[in-house]
Amino acid sequence: MKKGRLLKIASQSILKNKMRTLLTMLGIVIGVGAVIIMVAVGHGASSQIEKQINSLGTNLLIVTPGSFSLSGARQGAGSFNRLEVEDYEKLKREATLLAGVSPVIETRTQVIANGTNWRTNINGVSTDYALIRDWQTTSGAFFGENDVRASRKVALLGRTVADNLFPGVDPVGSMVQIGHVPFTVIGVLAPKGQNAGGRDDDDVILMPYTTAQTRVSGWTRLNQILASTYSTEAIPAATREISAIMREAHRLNPSGSQDDFTVRNQTELAAAATSTTSVMTGLLAAIASISLIVGGIGIMNIMLVSVTERTREIGIRMAIGARGSDVLTQFLVESIVMSVLGGVIGLAVGYGGAALLGHLTGWAIATPASAVVLAVGFSAAVGIFFGYYPARKAAALNPIQALRYE
Amino acid sequence: MPDTTTPTGTSRPVIRVEDVKKVYTMGTNKVYALRGVSLTVLPGEMIAVMGSSGSGKSTLMNVLGCLDVPTEGRYVLDGTRVDGLSKNQLADLRNQKLGFVFQGFNLLPRTSALDNVELPLLYDRAGRWKNTKELAAEALRRVGLGERLDHHPSELSGGQQQRVAIARALVTQPTLLLADEPTGNLDSRTTLEVMALFQELNDQGITILLVTHEPEVAHYAKRIVEVRDGRILRDHPVENRRRAAADLREHDAEDAAVEEAA
Repeated sequence: MKKGRLLKIASQSILKNKMRTLLTMLGIVIGVGAVIIMVAVGHGASSQIEKQINSLGTNLLIVTPGSFSLSGARQGAGSFNRLEVEDYEKLKREATLLAGVSPVIETRTQVIANGTNWRTNINGVSTDYALIRDWQTTSGAFFGENDVRASRKVALLGRTVADNLFPGVDPVGSMVQIGHVPFTVIGVLAPKGQNAGGRDDDDVILMPYTTAQTRVSGWTRLNQILASTYSTEAIPAATREISAIMREAHRLNPSGSQDDFTVRNQTELAAAATSTTSVMTGLLAAIASISLIVGGIGIMNIMLVSVTERTREIGIRMAIGARGSDVLTQFLVESIVMSVLGGVIGLAVGYGGAALLGHLTGWAIATPASAVVLAVGFSAAVGIFFGYYPARKAAALNPIQALRYE
Repeated sequence: MPDTTTPTGTSRPVIRVEDVKKVYTMGTNKVYALRGVSLTVLPGEMIAVMGSSGSGKSTLMNVLGCLDVPTEGRYVLDGTRVDGLSKNQLADLRNQKLGFVFQGFNLLPRTSALDNVELPLLYDRAGRWKNTKELAAEALRRVGLGERLDHHPSELSGGQQQRVAIARALVTQPTLLLADEPTGNLDSRTTLEVMALFQELNDQGITILLVTHEPEVAHYAKRIVEVRDGRILRDHPVENRRRAAADLREHDAEDAAVEEAA
């Protein structure tokens, strides 16, 4: 029996029961649709997070204060801040693998300007900061080495701060009062949007770290040191280099004592974030594929009913010369045609549903091409798996008894 | 063996059955459905197998139709040894050498007459048939249903459905046409119609074996084999064989007379 004829026979009997076929297919349609939507949402989320991590800056390395142990009781990160400006200066001087190094002194205070006020983050940084964070200005310019050396009272406003204090006006050249000290606005930073943690990166004022130390925060410790490498490949070597320089600066015993600082990089952060979202995607897809299995059981159910209902037909086919394998293939093809057709419709429904969901919720949606192959492949597999038992049952019928079946 | 009236009496027999036995084992009980049957059918014969229910005629029919294999004995169909064949070989044999007509017509529902008749051609493994639609249409024309190719069984009368079934049995040009109570579900006039068709086909050289329990139907055959208790009781040619076409004309004339009288 030729394959084309088998397909014809299968589609004939599928078309004879349109309503039943439609309802049976619905299970697969919903299953495949759900898998596609879930994968699209999960994928969209992880690509969004990836983008946000990249927006922090490329090839970024972060040195943060470490922990120390007090009589064996470890005190947690930041419990013993020994990051000093000297550490930064030593890194700047001695490190060979770093494109830029900048200290960061963080504080939060009230800012008054233009007859209004706003509470925001003040970051004292060096000139390398613009390079490290890959941060341009939309107007004005970043401060220079002279400003740092002379602790000049100059400030760069983040987009959010500029919008709140100087709505609709270019603030460059204006005065702002930070704490109780007047500063000159020398530039406005390009918008960065939310960072991976959900915080608004644009709600910030940058100034030379020397000024921040003396005029705003009043302390000399650094919250962190940011550095960047020339390439992603250099990150592991640069991490080792920073560690070595920092240990020397802190006079740590080369063999014994632990680091009193931590060097983290973006790849770890990115890996953690993407692994979280891929776990989420996997979880969602797993839940969705349960509905695919339920759809498969629906197909098996209908095929079993169909075999019983068409016992006489099977008897007739066998009497006129159909082999058991012909009957098996016929029923198997029927269930595969049903499930693949359902899978293709489900694919369309999934794409449409994902697009609609993205439109309604504003979530990022991305359907990878692999999901298409997976969904169609899976639905065909479901058809074979759940169709085989009923088909084998049909093929094993005795023609004499099948013909006598009422 | 009784002589037959066929002109080709010397040619290879269509059926040669030698001492065939069929025993069904049900638990510890053994049921002897056939207790040693021998039968030879020559090309061009038209045989009626008669017997009451439980006589073993259905079992004989199943064995002859290659739907079942004998427990003992030899069965040769058109030169092919049937006993001992596998299920698949039996299926191929049914497709190539046999045509079935059943009491309940056994057409596929919601399938056109044409598609029903085409079906056995599609199951041919040797790929002998090319333009299957045309062959099916030709077979339907042969049984007088050339105008109803696209009708579904539910749109046809009992007699017409049985003709579709006969067309389906004929379409593969089988060596033997097997009919199991072909008139069992039909009224007297349609019975005559169908028997007239069988006789006409037999006149064209097709070998026919039909199973029936109605003596008047059996008398349209050329030879009657009576089965009882799993054995052949009597095997004799039909004397004063009736022509169904003539009886049909007579039947219609009577009907007309009754109508006139009323």
